[in-house]
Amino acid sequence: MAHVAANQSSHDHDHGHDGHHDLEALRTMGFWIFIITDCIIFGTLFATYAVLMNSTAGGPTASELFEMPGVIAETFILLTSSFTSGLAVLSMNRGDKKGLIGWLIVTALLGASFITLEVTEFLKMVDEGAKISTSAFLSAFYTLVGTHGLHVSIGLIWMVALMLQVAKRGITPVTKRKIGNISLYWHFLDVVWIFVFTIVYMMGVR
Amino acid sequence: MKITKLSDFFVTGDPLIYGADVAIGLTMVAIVVALTAFKRWGWLWREWLTTVDHKRIGIMYVIASLLMLFRGGVDALLMRTQLALPDSMEFLKPDHYNDIFTTHGVIMILFMAMPLMFGLFNLTVPLQIGARDVAFPLLNSLSFWLFFMGAMLFNVSFVIGGSPEAGWLAYPPLSEKMFSPGVGQDFYIWGIQISGIGSLMTGINFIVTILKMRAPGMKLMKMPMFTWSVLSSCLTIILAFPILTVTLALLFIDRYFGAHFFTLDMGGNPMMYINLIWMWGHPEVYIVVLPAFGIFSEIVATFSKKRLFGYGSMVFALMSISIFSFFTWAHHFFTMGSGANVNAFFAVTTMIIAIPTGVKIFNWLFTMYKGKITFELPMLWTMAFIPCFIVGGMTGVMLSVAPADFQFHNSYFLIAHFHQVLIGGVVFGYFAGLYYWWPKVFGFKLNEKLGRWAFWLWNIGFYVCFMPQYVLGLMGMTRRVSSYSWDTGWWSWNFVSTIGGFLMGIGFLFQVWQILHSIKFMERVKGDPWGGRTLEWSIPSPAPFYNFTITPKVEGRDDWWRRKELAAQGVQDPPPKYEPIHMPKNSGTPIVMSVFWFILGFGFVFDWLWLIVPGAIGIAATMLYHSFNYDTDYYVTAEEVRKTEAKAGRVV
Amino acid sequence: MKYKGWFMRAAAFLPLALMTFLLSGCADVVVLNPKGEIAKHQLDLIYITTGLCLIIIVPVLILTFWIAWKYRAKSKKKEAYQPEWDHSTKLEAVWWGIPILIILLIAIVTVQYSYKLEPSKALASDEKPITIQVVALDWKWLFLYPEQGIATVNYVQFPEKVPVQFQLTADAPMNSFWIPQLGGQIYTMSGMAMKLHLIADEPGDYFGTGANFSGEYFGKMTFNAKATSRADFDKWVQDVKQSYPAMSQEGYNELAQPATSLVRSFSAFPNGMFDNIVNKYVVAGQSGHHHGGDAASSNEGADVADGQAGHDMSEMDMSEMDMSDAGDSGAAHQH
Repeated sequence: MAHVAANQSSHDHDHGHDGHHDLEALRTMGFWIFIITDCIIFGTLFATYAVLMNSTAGGPTASELFEMPGVIAETFILLTSSFTSGLAVLSMNRGDKKGLIGWLIVTALLGASFITLEVTEFLKMVDEGAKISTSAFLSAFYTLVGTHGLHVSIGLIWMVALMLQVAKRGITPVTKRKIGNISLYWHFLDVVWIFVFTIVYMMGVR
Repeated sequence: MKITKLSDFFVTGDPLIYGADVAIGLTMVAIVVALTAFKRWGWLWREWLTTVDHKRIGIMYVIASLLMLFRGGVDALLMRTQLALPDSMEFLKPDHYNDIFTTHGVIMILFMAMPLMFGLFNLTVPLQIGARDVAFPLLNSLSFWLFFMGAMLFNVSFVIGGSPEAGWLAYPPLSEKMFSPGVGQDFYIWGIQISGIGSLMTGINFIVTILKMRAPGMKLMKMPMFTWSVLSSCLTIILAFPILTVTLALLFIDRYFGAHFFTLDMGGNPMMYINLIWMWGHPEVYIVVLPAFGIFSEIVATFSKKRLFGYGSMVFALMSISIFSFFTWAHHFFTMGSGANVNAFFAVTTMIIAIPTGVKIFNWLFTMYKGKITFELPMLWTMAFIPCFIVGGMTGVMLSVAPADFQFHNSYFLIAHFHQVLIGGVVFGYFAGLYYWWPKVFGFKLNEKLGRWAFWLWNIGFYVCFMPQYVLGLMGMTRRVSSYSWDTGWWSWNFVSTIGGFLMGIGFLFQVWQILHSIKFMERVKGDPWGGRTLEWSIPSPAPFYNFTITPKVEGRDDWWRRKELAAQGVQDPPPKYEPIHMPKNSGTPIVMSVFWFILGFGFVFDWLWLIVPGAIGIAATMLYHSFNYDTDYYVTAEEVRKTEAKAGRVV
Repeated sequence: MKYKGWFMRAAAFLPLALMTFLLSGCADVVVLNPKGEIAKHQLDLIYITTGLCLIIIVPVLILTFWIAWKYRAKSKKKEAYQPEWDHSTKLEAVWWGIPILIILLIAIVTVQYSYKLEPSKALASDEKPITIQVVALDWKWLFLYPEQGIATVNYVQFPEKVPVQFQLTADAPMNSFWIPQLGGQIYTMSGMAMKLHLIADEPGDYFGTGANFSGEYFGKMTFNAKATSRADFDKWVQDVKQSYPAMSQEGYNELAQPATSLVRSFSAFPNGMFDNIVNKYVVAGQSGHHHGGDAASSNEGADVADGQAGHDMSEMDMSEMDMSDAGDSGAAHQH
């Protein structure tokens, strides 16, 4: 009803951007559905991991490879970044543009350090001879965890783009929706990571 | 891939392919020359390539899918020709035959049925629900261009690099690098992957459109049945397509990075691929057939001049089919030896789907019951569909009986069955829909007489082609064999089947003739040529770019029919009061981004970093460009609307 | 390939083909002409379920044409026209009910037969079952007789009225083993040993085929399954033992190369061969490195590409795609 509602309300209030409220609600809904599809992507990857987690084909096993201190650090960093992205939204709701951008910067920095740690972990494993081609278990591991990392990386680029937009345009219905969406995305990645942490790492080193 | 000589890049050595090369080259030159000679480049870019209008996107989908139908059909006839010649008579060599059946399957399902379906969604749904466009017009355009680029990438494998030849679902280990070292399989992966992303986005787009953009008063249970079927199909899309995306990605990771998801060695599990691909693949056939059910529901009601019978049942049936479609996948491999428990479970879930499907047939029949039925082309195709689908459904139930399936599996019995439900259900349904909505889209009807020729050729051809294949299946002929010996006794049935195939081919030619003829002798129609019942018939044909001058207020099902009856009783609509209309702006972003996807895909196929990198950067850059672009919409003033309407002679 | 010739040859074969058509009776419809217990039960099941389906299909087909005819707008008779009639709980209950009932019946039958005809279940018989091991190769079937110690290619023989336990695997892409007149098929998959129990009720030559696409010459994977009397079977085994060479591991490796094959026989084969073929995919490579050292060289199926008739490695790196080449080499491999 967005366009329809848009022109219905707009003739009451000139050509204001009231219509955007509905349009933005529509886009938020679309984003939620996108998150559902992404859930299925991760669900499928988790399923393949569950099938292949013991197919080490004589190569290194999970308990030989995983080093929990680093992984726990990653987990704390990502959980904190989820919290700070929540603070960013709270600032936005207060109309505090500076606070919003500030918290986004903190979130992005935390996200970037998460990625750095993850890449370091991967490189170290590859160095030890645990490559994606070493066994089916490692193929599933790198693909699942790597897909999550790729999502985080894309989120980082997106976040920087949004900071610039907020800095330029302020807190408008459009930027509000966009910040809301990336915050949702960020929380979603956090939830996925909790599953990665439990299913891949905790059950791996058990 | 390192290319050292031309024949590493271009497919060589086959006269059929040289012929295709020449034809493709000439067509491209002809298009460029024509566009330049008539100074149409600007027009093409402004009006079509950058359009975000759902009606134009729909038209482009239909044109592309009909071209793909032609290619898939030629593939089919090449196969039938080969099979009409038994023993050592090789019209096609085995590897060439394998190319062709793989291509035929992929094109018909993914590049013909899907886009034709999306075309009908686009042409119809916003009009049926009284909306100005879909929820995300730019995303809609991106979906189309991704489909188009994916289809092109897949098709280019015919002349460059070589076609895939591991079957339409590319079971590993055959599709792994070990057994398919060529680039054909990579074309397959990237072609489907790119267009699949488009399909996923279309699914999201139409769900939001249907849930959020209906005209005021149109409650869910007042929606036209086609819109319901689109909703159920799109819900199935968003749940099934991510699985396909992951499955193909894993196969690619295997092939490209040497991973071991589906390989024979190092712990890989090929059977997992077969499970995954059918977790998408089975819902996929319901994705394409559900909208056909919606089309038939619209047509049966319109041409019986009667309300659709059992609306509630129909909705319930649609939704239960889309849910159950996710619990039947293993019936595609009862013969994997999963044991009696698994087989019995999946046999029963499969049969259960027959129940809501059967109910729909009854509801259509009782819509016709006590109606006044006329048999124009859309209704004719619907009438052909019902018996065809009933028989196809019956053989489907026979196949679902797991222990009996041990005798049917992978035989021509199976081939006959799924062609019967896919042609009898999906193709007949989409043809019916095309004939039905054609006047709405273009403002003229298709010639009835030529259409009847095409109809009978298709129908007779269908039965002549596929009934013998049931027999062949019972005779032990398995799918994908390119030759057989005389003593099998298969030749006569194959020969008959081939005749049927060519009859359908002639039917298609009649349809092309019908379209060209109808364009030449245009029979103009007004807004409502069939005596329609739903909102799309309440506006002119073709619809103005903003669809509805005034957003309709809906009070019941079949609202247009209700308004016509009120008008017949002398109730007048109030004179229209025009208001400004909020519209999306055209954009070149979708086509540019899709071209970069094509470049990326092509780069990955040949493992050329110098193409992969610019492709990826281009995709990211266009996305960011779009994110920073806030100038995406505009208002059509009331005065402009009035002028447009006046120019079309529609002002009271 | 000569494209000119095929039409002339087709014309020449036409009379012969017509004769085949006339001579081919019901016997060619193999699924409907079962010669073994399993296939007979499966045919029963096909008839039962078809019958149950027809109970509902035939009336609906008749109804369709009757309604379409009776309520056509052009009808001279004035039939009732009720444009607003769109719901009847009673009627809808009926047509939800009938399919549910029929499907319920079919489901019950199906579940029963699923357990009864489970392919891995041994058949009840007084005779001691015979074991035949089946390996799907690119593009031929290898049959190993562990009890008799012989092996055959693209031909299998066993005594009538004796249960046969087929153990199936593949050393190539997945295929499906199917002898329609004796019973339904089962997939042959690498790294797994599937079981399929069949029995022939009478002597005869039964058509056997691969049913799952496995690559270029998949269509050539047909074989003859011959059931004979026990005496003839024993005699044939002795025959094979005396007059054919033994198969060595190297011989097998060569046989496993992608190519078609004629019927072949071997008087012996290396011990534990079937298990070796199954196990080579289960835990590959002691070293655990991808295609490293010994793991790769024991992996014949894995190195199909290299095996294609003397293409050296540098050529393979360019992914020489010319499949006709491989086809010719395939033909060259025929024995």
